[in-house]
Amino acid sequence: MEETVQLQVQGLIKRFGNETVLNGISFSVHKGEVMVVLGPSGCGKSTLLRCINGLEAADGGRILLDGEPIISGGKNMIRMRQKIGMVFQSYDLFPHKNILENITLAPMKVQKRSKQEAREEAEQLLNRVGLWEKRNAFPRQLSGGQKQRVAIVRALCMHPEVMLFDEVTAALDPEMVREVLDVMLELASQGMTMIIVTHEMQFARAIADRVLFLDRGTVMEESTPEKFFSAPQTKRAQEFLNTFTFEKPNH
Amino acid sequence: MEFLAQWLDVDFMARFAPMYVKAAGVTITIAFWGILFSLIVGFLCATVQYYRIPILKQMVSVYIELSRNTPLLVQLFFLYFGLPKVGIVWSAEVCAIVGLTFLGGSYMAEAFRSGLESVEKIQMESAISLGFSPWQAMREIIFPQALAVSIPALCANVIFLIKETSVVSGIALADLMYVAKDLIGIYYQTDEALLMLVLAYLVLLLPISILATLLERRLRYAGFGH
Repeated sequence: MEETVQLQVQGLIKRFGNETVLNGISFSVHKGEVMVVLGPSGCGKSTLLRCINGLEAADGGRILLDGEPIISGGKNMIRMRQKIGMVFQSYDLFPHKNILENITLAPMKVQKRSKQEAREEAEQLLNRVGLWEKRNAFPRQLSGGQKQRVAIVRALCMHPEVMLFDEVTAALDPEMVREVLDVMLELASQGMTMIIVTHEMQFARAIADRVLFLDRGTVMEESTPEKFFSAPQTKRAQEFLNTFTFEKPNH
Repeated sequence: MEFLAQWLDVDFMARFAPMYVKAAGVTITIAFWGILFSLIVGFLCATVQYYRIPILKQMVSVYIELSRNTPLLVQLFFLYFGLPKVGIVWSAEVCAIVGLTFLGGSYMAEAFRSGLESVEKIQMESAISLGFSPWQAMREIIFPQALAVSIPALCANVIFLIKETSVVSGIALADLMYVAKDLIGIYYQTDEALLMLVLAYLVLLLPISILATLLERRLRYAGFGH
């Protein structure tokens, strides 16, 4: 793995009213690295991702992508966003556009690429995630898992340097989770830099190069998945991991 | 025709039909401009409300309440008889179009607003995160979806406003309603005059109504509901 820092978050602070959601978060992600962000709900995971792609303005600290600051509403924001792909929890495909249009709209309108070139790439990517036959379908005709795979393709077609995944399988039926996670695993193996917020612990363990554990807006732990899942350092992390294991009841 | 002639004075109807055609022209002209400006005013008001622009937003709220809770005839009287008292004199046509716009603008605003509000916030966010500028996102992603939801209400408003034009006879504009009242006053041929009035409005409104139904059905089939 190359050891060039791609994304740096330094002392990130975010408040909603009186509530401090992110309280001085710092970490960095190297090129090609997969960072999984874990933590109880309300710990600020989603807000962190939303700050990274500028959907929320930070109240303090800095976020640097390739050394260039990301400032929500800043002049460079439109250019910076193209370097960051994001997939959301709720299926966010454009319902009035078919699958190919969903994928090629931004490359054509934002990056001014030719329709033919954008379509070719879109079809290639769709083929890779096994959805080429659905290229002319509308989002409502797709299952949740298929929609999320299209959403991933749509983000990839913009050639991002970093991909952000915000609990992308949380709203899916269990049997559809796998197909989405497989696409993410393939992406990781191709060297995409990824930041993933998830509640799928097995998956997190398999895909992560590093784990960031957040609680109440602060980084409680940052370590390798092996270390984090087998021997968490903090009490909060232990408690958190315990909520995913069940003991057989005695009856 | 002979069958009809038992009850109706067909000659009378034939003689005055051209007057109705001419009056329909007045009705159509006023409706056309009134509806066009209503759509523009409504769209602007809905946009102001959608973006929650301070001050303008409150002004729009006041306008909508004022417009929806006063009868068109009263609004027209105000424009036609009231404004000249402060030195503003408009022709009856201008008053009619301004009045119809004042009324229709608020109805159109509500129709547009309901459409805009029906589009989920995540649509804007995902467009933005793909690199669209806020304006591009509005144009490509939000407006088309909002419009599809608004269409039935917008069509209903168009028909409503065309019917409302019958009130402009109150400020001496020779629209359909005016001609019918005139003929009744002069010749006392009430049945014929009113029948022709009903027919004239039907001829105007039925095609629009059918068109609106087709448009709605098409949108429903293309329905991209979740």
